[in-house]
Amino acid sequence: MDGVAVGSLYALIALGYTMVYGILQFINFAHGDVFVLGAWVSFAAAGAVGLSVGDQTAVPAWLVWLLGAVSAGALAAALYEFVLRPRLGAGRPPATRLTWPLAGVSVVGWGTLLLLVATRGVVAGGSHTIAGGMILVLAMSTCGLVGFCLERLAYKPLRSAPRLNVLITAIGVSLLLQNLGQLEWMFGTRPDRMPTLVPDTVLFRIGHVPVRLVDVMVVATALVLMVLLDWLVFRTKMGRAMRAVSFSPTNAALMGVDVDKVISFTFVLGSVLAAAAGFLYGQKYPGLNQTAAAGWVLLGLKAFVAAVIGGIGNIRGAMLGGLLIGLLEFFAVQYVPEGASLRDIFVFGALILVLLVRPSGVLGKAVTEKV
Amino acid sequence: MTTPMLQIDDLHVHYGAIHALHGVSLAVGQGQIVTLIGCNGAGKSTTLRTVSGLLRPTAGRVLFEGKPIHGRPPHEIVRLGIAQSPEGRGIFANLTVDENLAMGSFARRDRAEAARDRERALDLFPRVRERLKQNAGTLSGGEQQMLAMARALMARPRLLLLDEPSLGLAPQIVQTIFKIIREINAAGTTILLVEQNAHKALEVAHRAYVLEVGRIAMEGDARDLARSDAVRKAYLGVA
Amino acid sequence: MTLPTPTARREAPNPLMERAAALRGSGGMAAVRGVAPVLVALAVGLLLHFAIAPQLPEFYPRVILDIGINVILAVSLTMVNGFTGQFSMGHAAFMAVGAYTAATLVYYGSARLMGTADFASARAHAGVLSTMLQGREAAFFTLGDGIFIVALLAGGIAAAVCGYLVGLPSLRLRGDYLAIVTLGFGEIVRVIIQSQTTDTLYDVEVIKATPWPKLMRYMGGPVGFTGLPSYTSLFWVWSLTVVTLVVAFRLKVSTFGRAFLSIREDEIAAEAMGVRTTTYKVRAFVIAAFFAGIAGGLYAHTIGIQLNAGELAFMKSFDIIIMVVLGGMGSISGAAIAAGILTVLPEALRRPPPVDLPWFLLVMAAAWVAALLLIRRPKWWLIAVTALGAAYAWWQQPTLASPLMFWTVAGSGVLILLFAGRRVPGLIGLAIAVTCYIGVRSAAERAGIKLSDYRMVLYALALILMMILRPQGFFGVRELWTAWRVQPLHPRRSRAEGGESGTAGRVPTA
Repeated sequence: MDGVAVGSLYALIALGYTMVYGILQFINFAHGDVFVLGAWVSFAAAGAVGLSVGDQTAVPAWLVWLLGAVSAGALAAALYEFVLRPRLGAGRPPATRLTWPLAGVSVVGWGTLLLLVATRGVVAGGSHTIAGGMILVLAMSTCGLVGFCLERLAYKPLRSAPRLNVLITAIGVSLLLQNLGQLEWMFGTRPDRMPTLVPDTVLFRIGHVPVRLVDVMVVATALVLMVLLDWLVFRTKMGRAMRAVSFSPTNAALMGVDVDKVISFTFVLGSVLAAAAGFLYGQKYPGLNQTAAAGWVLLGLKAFVAAVIGGIGNIRGAMLGGLLIGLLEFFAVQYVPEGASLRDIFVFGALILVLLVRPSGVLGKAVTEKV
Repeated sequence: MTTPMLQIDDLHVHYGAIHALHGVSLAVGQGQIVTLIGCNGAGKSTTLRTVSGLLRPTAGRVLFEGKPIHGRPPHEIVRLGIAQSPEGRGIFANLTVDENLAMGSFARRDRAEAARDRERALDLFPRVRERLKQNAGTLSGGEQQMLAMARALMARPRLLLLDEPSLGLAPQIVQTIFKIIREINAAGTTILLVEQNAHKALEVAHRAYVLEVGRIAMEGDARDLARSDAVRKAYLGVA
Repeated sequence: MTLPTPTARREAPNPLMERAAALRGSGGMAAVRGVAPVLVALAVGLLLHFAIAPQLPEFYPRVILDIGINVILAVSLTMVNGFTGQFSMGHAAFMAVGAYTAATLVYYGSARLMGTADFASARAHAGVLSTMLQGREAAFFTLGDGIFIVALLAGGIAAAVCGYLVGLPSLRLRGDYLAIVTLGFGEIVRVIIQSQTTDTLYDVEVIKATPWPKLMRYMGGPVGFTGLPSYTSLFWVWSLTVVTLVVAFRLKVSTFGRAFLSIREDEIAAEAMGVRTTTYKVRAFVIAAFFAGIAGGLYAHTIGIQLNAGELAFMKSFDIIIMVVLGGMGSISGAAIAAGILTVLPEALRRPPPVDLPWFLLVMAAAWVAALLLIRRPKWWLIAVTALGAAYAWWQQPTLASPLMFWTVAGSGVLILLFAGRRVPGLIGLAIAVTCYIGVRSAAERAGIKLSDYRMVLYALALILMMILRPQGFFGVRELWTAWRVQPLHPRRSRAEGGESGTAGRVPTA
C-alpha cells in the first residue's frame, strides 16, 4: 500500500515536470522545491491555525506587508490604466500587462489569508479533518502564487534564450528556494514534525498488507486531483490551448491564444499539484527535513524520473510513471535483499533501461528530429 | 478611396542584424483578394508574420481599418478579426481534426455562431468533415491545408491571411484550393494571399504586389501584372 | 597572421599540404611543442607550491587548490558539453569513480606496500612535492608519492572506462534524453558506493589478510572514506591543471577536435561530411571522464576532505555545468575563469571583504567611466588601472597576500571578463550589481543582519540574473584573447526570438 501511496505522490509531482516540459521543452529542476515548499507551507499553516503540537507560528508580518505592496501596485497600475491614460492620450504605454498579474496575485493572496483566518475558526470549532482540507487548499494557493511569480520573474525573460540557460536558471531558482526556506524567518534549519490530521487507524487488510486511513486519504486525494487535471487538459478550452501551445507556440498564438497566459497557467497548475503532494507527503511521513536537505532533492529527482519513464510531455504517462516508480521502490524494499539501500538503483536503472529501449517513455510517441 | 481594410506603411523588420523588410508599403481594399508574390526569402512571410503580430517592426505602421495594430500581441490581433493560415499549414498534429477546428474559434465567445461557422467551413471542405475524429497528424498534405484554411475561417475573420496555400501540393489539389479561395472571397472575406505560384495567384487576385529582397518592386492590377514582361519573365517562366 | 616559412623537407605539391606542413613544423619544433607544455606545467606547479603558497595566509592556498581542481573539472566537462554539444549531467560521477579508485588504491595499497601502522599518514610518507602540511622534514620522492601518482592515473583510467560505458548510450540518444541518462548514471554510481559497507579497515594485518576484491567493499559507504592520507598539493593540482588546459586547447584546434565542434554545430551535417559522430561522441566522453577521474583523485586526497559519495551527487555535476555555461559553451578559458570565480564567490560571500574600501570603489568607478568612453579601443588602460590598484595595495601592505591585493585583482579580473564581451550593458549591469551589493551590505550591517547567512540566496540570485542578462556566458564560444575583437551579431539567435521556441538552439551562439 505504501507503494501505491508514494507512487501517487510521485505522480502528482511528475505531472508538474511533464507539463512544463511539454510546453517549454525544459526540465524545471525547481519543481521539486515547490513540492518541498508545499510541505513546509502546510506545516506553517497548521502552526498558524493552532494545530501544531509544539510552538505556535504566527503569520509573518512581512508577508502581509508584501501582499499590501503588491495590492498597492495593482491599484496604482489600474488607476494609471483606466483613469490616467485615457486622459493623457493614447500615446502612453499601456499598463495592462502589469495590472492583471498584480491584481490576480493580490486577490489570491488576500483570499489565502482570509482562508487562514477561517481555518483558525474551524480548528477552534474542533473539526480537524475539515481544517486539513482547508490547509491543503491554503498550501495549493500559496504555491500556485509562488509558481506564477517564478515563471514571470525568472523564466519569462528567457523565453527565447538557449535551453541550457533556462536549465541553469532553473537550478538557480531551485537553490534560491532551498536556501530561502532555510532562513530563520522562513522555516529555519531544523527538521520539524507535521501534525497529523487523521487518526492512525488500519481500515482493512489486503492479504496481510494493512491499509491505513492515511494511505486511503493520500491515494484518494491524489486520484481526485489527477482526474480533475485530466478533465481540464483533455476536455476544456484551456486544456486544448495548453496542448496546442505545447505543439507549436507560434501557431497557437495565431489562433488567438495568449501564449504567456497559458504558460503561466501551466506553471500554476504544476505548482498547485506539487503543493498538494507536499501536504499529503507531510501527512504520510510527518518528519519534515529542512528545505535544503538532500533527501528532498532525491525525492524530486525520482518524481522527474517517473515523468521520463511515462514519457516526458505526456500527462497520462506521468501518472502511470509515478505509480510504477512507487511500486518498484516498494517491491525492491520488500523482496530484494538489502533492497532498502539499493532501491534508488532500481529506480535509476529502470530509467536507463526504459530510455534505451523506448527513449520516448512507456506512453510516449517516438519523435524523430527533423533534418 | 475609402480607408483600406489593411494598410502597411513603410514597414521595416529586422531579424537581429539582418534587415528583412526595407520599407514595404501596401494596401488591401475591402472585399478584395490581394496577392503578394516573390521569390524565396523576398520577405513575403515576414510581412504576414508582422501583420499577425508574431514579429515587431523596427519602423513603419500597420493599420487595420485605420487603427494601428503593429506591436500588439498576436492574440489581440486575432480578436480584431485577422486570421492567418500559416506557412507549412501549422496544424496541431497532437490534436484531433475537430479540436483543431475548435482552436480556430478560440478567441470567440459566441458559441452558437461559432457552431454555425463550423458547419459552413465543413460544407466548404467536405474532406475535412470525413476526418473529424482523426488525429490531425494523420491527414495528407492536401487535407491538412484544407483543415488549416477551415480553421482560419472558424475565427470568422474579416481579413484572411494565407501563407503559401499551394506549397507542396499536387496540381489537382492546388486547383481545388484556389477555387475555394475564390468562394471564401465571394462570401465577403478579404484575403491577403502570399504565393510562390505566381501564375495561380495572379489568376484569382484583384490586385498584386511583387516583393523583391524586402522591397515592393511592382504593384498594380493583377491582370496587368500578369501581362507585364518583367513579371512574365521572372515569375511565370515565360520568355 | 603570417605563416612561418615552410620547413618541410620535400616540396609539397599542393598549397594545402604546404600549409599543413608549415604548421606542423620540423621535427625539432615538434619536440619543443611536445615538451614545452610539460615544462610549463612543472614550472607553474613548482612556483605555486614553493614560491607563492608559503607567502599567503593559511586560507588562501586552499582556495587556490580548490580552484585548480574545479578548473580541471570544468575544462574536462567543456570537452563534452562545450565541444560536442552533448549535454552530460553526470560529470561528478566520473569524479566519484576516480576518487574512490584512487582512494582505495592509495589507502589499501599503502597498507600492503608499507606494512606499518602509520601507512595512512601523509606527514610520515609524503615527499616535499606532495601534501600541504607545513613544517616537516621530507625526502624529495617517497613511496607514498609513487603510490599516489599511480593511483591518480588508475582513477583516471577507471573513470575513462565508465565514460566509455556512458558514451555508448549516446549512440542512441540525443539532447535531453542523453542528459537524463547521464544523470541516472551519476545517481547509480553514488548509490552503489553508498550501499557498500560502512566500515573502513584500519588494522594493517587485517588489510594484508583480506584479498583485493573484498577490500573494494570497505570504502566507508554512506559514512565516507575516512583516514585518507592528504597527498594532494598545489604542485600536483596545478601541474595537472596546466596539462588539462593544454590538452583541451590542442584538442580544440586539432582535426580531432574540429570533429567535436562539427557535432555541436550540426550533427547531421557533420555526419554527412564523413565524421563518425558516434565514435567521436564516445571519445569525447572518455577523454573528459579521464580528467574528471584525475580531479576526483586529487579531491579525495585533499587535506580536510572526507571523501563521501553524497558530496559527489548530481548537485556537484550541476556546479560543474554552471561553470561551463557561465564561461561560455566551448570556451576553455571561459570555463577555467568561471571555475575560478565560482570557487571564490561562495567563500567571498561567506566572509565578505570589509565594506569601507573607498579605494576599491574608486578604482571600480574609474574603470567603469573609462570603459564607457573607450569601448572600442584596446583596453590597455584597464591593465594600467589594475596595476595602479595593485601598486596601491602593495604600498599599503607590502605582500602579495593582503586582502586589498586580492580584491584588486579579483575586481579587475571580473571587469576584464565583462569587458571582453561585446555589449556595454553587461558592464553597466556589473557596476549596478556591485554598487547594489555594497549598498545592501552597509544597510544590512546597520540593521544588524548577518549577510553571510544569505550567501547561498545571493549566489542563486546572481546566477539567475547572470543567465537573464548575459545568456552567452563570459566569452560565448570564444577564448579570452579572441574575445577582445568585436564580433558581428549572429543572426541565428535573433531568428529564434521571432519564431518557434522549440527551434532556439541548444548551443548559445556568439
